[in-house]
Amino acid sequence: MADRLSLLAWLLALLQTLLFIALAPLFSGWVKRMKCYLQNRQPPGWWQPYRDLRRLLSKDLVISHTASPIFRITPYIVCGTAILAASVIPFIVINVPIGSMADAIVLVGVFALGRFFVALAGMDVGTSFGGMGSSREMTVAALAEPAMLLVLFTLAMVAGSTNLATIVTHTLGEPLVLRPSLLFSLAALILVSIAETGRVPVDNPATHLELTMIHEAMILEYSGRHLGLIEYSSQIKLMIYAVLIANLFFPWGIAQSTTPLELTTALAAVLAKLGLLGMLLALVESVVAKMRIFRVPTFLAVAFTIALVGMLSAIILEAGA
Amino acid sequence: MSSYAQLPVLEQAILTLSALVLLSSFALLAQSRVIATIKTFAIQGMLLTAGTLLVAADSGERQLYISALLTLLLKVIFIPWLLIRQSRKLGILRDLDTVIRPGFLLLGASAMVIFCYSVAQPIERFAAGITRDAIALSLAVVMLSMLMLITRRKAITQVVAFMTLENGLFFAAVTTTQGMPMVVELGVAFDVLVAAIIFGIFFFHIRDSIETLDVNQLSRLSEADE
Amino acid sequence: MSDQGITELLVAIAVGGSLGAALLAMLADHYIKYARWLVFVPLGISGVSSTMAGVGVLFGLPTFTITLPLGLPWLHWHLNFDLLSSFFLAVIGIVTVAVSIFGPGYVRDYERGHYSQALLGIATGLFVAGMQLVVLADDTFAFMIAWELMSVSSYLLVAYEHHESANRRAAFIYLLMAQIGAVLILLAFGVMSGFGSDLSFTALRTNELTPLWQTIAFTLALLGFGMKAGIVPLHIWLPEAHPVAPSHISALMSGVMLKIAVYGFIRFTFDLLGSPQWSWGVAVLIIGSITALFGVLYALMQHDLKRLLAYHSVENIGIIYIGLGLAMIFFGSGFPKLGLLGLVGALYHTLNHALFKSLLFLGAGAILQRSHEHSLEHMGGLIRHMPWTAVFFLIGCLSISALPPLNGFVSEWLIFQTALQATVLEGGVLRAIIPLTAAVLALSGALAAACFVKVYSVVFLGVGRAKRVRHVHEARPSMVLAQALLAGLCLLFGVLPTLTVAALGRVTQALTGEGLASATRYGWLWLTPVSPKVASYSAPLVALGIIIALSVWVVIYFWVRSSRSGSSIVIRDPWDCGFGSLTSRMQYTPSAFTMPIRQIFQPAFLVHEDNVREMDPQLPTRPAQLRYNMHVEDITWNAVYRPVENAIHKASRLVGRIQTGHLRHYLAYSFITLLVLLWLIA
Repeated sequence: MADRLSLLAWLLALLQTLLFIALAPLFSGWVKRMKCYLQNRQPPGWWQPYRDLRRLLSKDLVISHTASPIFRITPYIVCGTAILAASVIPFIVINVPIGSMADAIVLVGVFALGRFFVALAGMDVGTSFGGMGSSREMTVAALAEPAMLLVLFTLAMVAGSTNLATIVTHTLGEPLVLRPSLLFSLAALILVSIAETGRVPVDNPATHLELTMIHEAMILEYSGRHLGLIEYSSQIKLMIYAVLIANLFFPWGIAQSTTPLELTTALAAVLAKLGLLGMLLALVESVVAKMRIFRVPTFLAVAFTIALVGMLSAIILEAGA
Repeated sequence: MSSYAQLPVLEQAILTLSALVLLSSFALLAQSRVIATIKTFAIQGMLLTAGTLLVAADSGERQLYISALLTLLLKVIFIPWLLIRQSRKLGILRDLDTVIRPGFLLLGASAMVIFCYSVAQPIERFAAGITRDAIALSLAVVMLSMLMLITRRKAITQVVAFMTLENGLFFAAVTTTQGMPMVVELGVAFDVLVAAIIFGIFFFHIRDSIETLDVNQLSRLSEADE
Repeated sequence: MSDQGITELLVAIAVGGSLGAALLAMLADHYIKYARWLVFVPLGISGVSSTMAGVGVLFGLPTFTITLPLGLPWLHWHLNFDLLSSFFLAVIGIVTVAVSIFGPGYVRDYERGHYSQALLGIATGLFVAGMQLVVLADDTFAFMIAWELMSVSSYLLVAYEHHESANRRAAFIYLLMAQIGAVLILLAFGVMSGFGSDLSFTALRTNELTPLWQTIAFTLALLGFGMKAGIVPLHIWLPEAHPVAPSHISALMSGVMLKIAVYGFIRFTFDLLGSPQWSWGVAVLIIGSITALFGVLYALMQHDLKRLLAYHSVENIGIIYIGLGLAMIFFGSGFPKLGLLGLVGALYHTLNHALFKSLLFLGAGAILQRSHEHSLEHMGGLIRHMPWTAVFFLIGCLSISALPPLNGFVSEWLIFQTALQATVLEGGVLRAIIPLTAAVLALSGALAAACFVKVYSVVFLGVGRAKRVRHVHEARPSMVLAQALLAGLCLLFGVLPTLTVAALGRVTQALTGEGLASATRYGWLWLTPVSPKVASYSAPLVALGIIIALSVWVVIYFWVRSSRSGSSIVIRDPWDCGFGSLTSRMQYTPSAFTMPIRQIFQPAFLVHEDNVREMDPQLPTRPAQLRYNMHVEDITWNAVYRPVENAIHKASRLVGRIQTGHLRHYLAYSFITLLVLLWLIA
């Protein structure tokens, strides 16, 4: 483990994290652009998400008189946990020392920490909207956890570890294999990601009707730099799930050593994969209708079943002896 | 685990298709719309056709190509068309069939799959090739279709469940023994076809008799004192 | 003084302190002003001494075994203080210290009441002494005496406020189930001893039983200790008894007494029975999963704060049993190192639960004392009036929801890692069931987080839902200090898991002879259960990462604030959609918060709903008053307990036919008995 603490490795990890969080608004902007193209609208500029964030950071804060200190510290905790999670993902280079500090289960836990505080902040103000958002968000999160865990289990069973870097290395090391377990885990992970990041059909991130909101209702009271931080952390979270889907299941192109050539090819590869995923997400959001809240458990049950069949395939079909 | 990676791609594809067939069985269990049930059945038929073609390519048995063609004609095209036509005439095409407690049902189905796996393990030691792992899955498909027979109320979905049963048996035959003798194959296929046609005729009779196709109401036909 | 002498002295002070507290409490009614100090000072000394003894032995002091000249003439009391006992004694000690610091402030309110302070003090002292003696006991007789001491004194504490009939009923159920459990445990010990005469644990360890008798003994022990621990469906006394007792006693009961039952189970299975069979492990695993899910689902539906916490204890016991079940499966299948991992996870969760559950109960006690409000439906906005309690309660909520970097997360992570190793097992069925139980564990963990979001936000955040809670004060400093102590320990055990795992590894090594070197091979920074390639978790670094990420933002915040003078904070009313005049009644109530979950998991509950509308007499279609009442009843009452109760009634009625009332029949009974005896003797 001594090599994990070398200064160069940590510097590389820091740079990778900074690049990750710098690109996150760009990814959300890309998804919005694709939706605009599909809906025959004129898309905003490429740098619009950054301009939005800068505008929010400079605005006044309006805080309700019923809010407590929890309301004020939540945006910082949420953004901090999102950045921490982003630093653990194998984005361009596989082996970063931060990666061995937290495995996939810790990643899920870190997201849960952020979500706990946002749900508290939703209830903090003492209005119905916040309570509704918190209640729905915690329900959806609770139902998505088993499916997420089964996906992680299947991956761990195939690769022999919950460490993200090890899983990626394992997939790279194998020849081109068509595993039913990974196919089902991919499908389940896509469904769970939609639920966790709050996209259509679970939740509409662009809605302005309070009764249809889940995530937006929790952050309804936020303004100014608090809102900017929370929006930014949602963008980081979306990018994290996208990079997970791209690099865990289709890791080809990722850098296994730190030569400049490998790094540039890795960056190009991951950007291409993200672009493709963004297009798919925009397509799904434009074609599929948002479900009402009590159909979401069925959606998550489907995700759970697919993950379960994937795990059973791993045991029954792929175990060998 | 790496022993899986060493299998030829064709065999991996066969195993993947087996898993997809199992997934379609789960989907049939949880599906409540009549029209979606019939369409899922057609998809399952297509997966079976693809699987049969792959097994044919892998093992070189010529008759499997004919089996695949037969499956395609019957289970993907003709029987779904027949069922949809009957449903449209009876006016039940857009109906919903109640699925009791889908959550428990899915859990019970998973338990069934695990049970079939444990039952099939001794058999697997005697079969050869990769297809022995698919025995557990085919047994599970048969069990799941029986579960579907028990938990449905409308006659039309019960017929689909019965067809799925036959699908499971066919699948077991294809993967373990590279198909049944042609005579048996043709016989079973025509039996299924005749069954579908006769069911269609019976639907009209039942509906005339008790004015509904809800299977629970068939108990009204009993002559015992109420 | 020799090292062994130090250990013996510390243990003697520990037990003597709690017994001394009981003794001194007899004077409490005469010296009411000093009653608190008479009880809690010796109790505190006892707690400190227990902790020192426990931690000392874990880190190197020697163990000891002695025989006291108490008990029956042919069966003296054997006491054995080994590593497992030391761990549990340390757990007892830590919670006792916290309760002793909390106690004086809390008990002050009972001084003016009509309940006897002496009884409270005596029972508390005996309760702690009983628990300590259970952990020390080395033969059946001593064990059962200590166990009964613990049960009866806790019954007195549960029935303390006996003027309410609901409390008396709860205490009765508690006593009944405790006694049934004790009988089952006694039978289990009896089977283990081969129905022979030597009842010391050393004899029980070496006694050879056939597998059938081993399974019978195991089943009896599972049911007996399970009844005390609170596994489903034997948990029914927990949510009745824990809310009724005074809050610091609830902390002791939930935090420590349930762990003593776990101690008994571990001692019986891993020590006395020796090598557990894997089929037992499957049963324990399934029972644990059902308990965990059931506990958390019912906890979500409660609106009494302490009852909710009691159901969460059920859930956490389920998690401990999941860990124990995994350990048994791996031990029984020949993978002792993985079995150890499960055992370490279960023991770690035992420690964690003791800490955060006591913390939560003490916080609930503070809230109860200040607001006199039991129901969540009337609370709200307490963070402004009780800021310190709010901070420490938050740490308790974060810990129990298994969120990094606190301690609850580490033990759940260890149990997940153990479950993940299921691929090494041979049976395909086991390899499928274990990940499913892990999925159930994930579900219950996520539901627990939802529940504690509800609890914290309904109690502390928002606006007070009843007038009473808008004018409360912060709890007394001693009460806050006790909570701070426990919260600090939660944080400590979350950030330094490797040291704790090393210590626990020593416990399990003494128990089973295997070591867990791989988990801690890389120093205090990394926790690598199986190997670094498989999984590694560095709690200090994660905590550091969170702090760094937060401080970066704080720096940016100050930089932004200083460079832009225009940005300011405006305090306004919350968003009301333009309708105006928001009241506290428009907030989400706790029942509203959990409504989606109640609807989704509806088959598991027995919901009694009551919707009363009083129409306006002048305008018959307009309701003048709406009253909505919802109560979720425990489904095991109807499913398990009522049928048993009916069966017992029927059987009693059948037997009762013997009492016919006719003199001739009674004479006939004597006559027949005499005939049978003569025939037997002949």
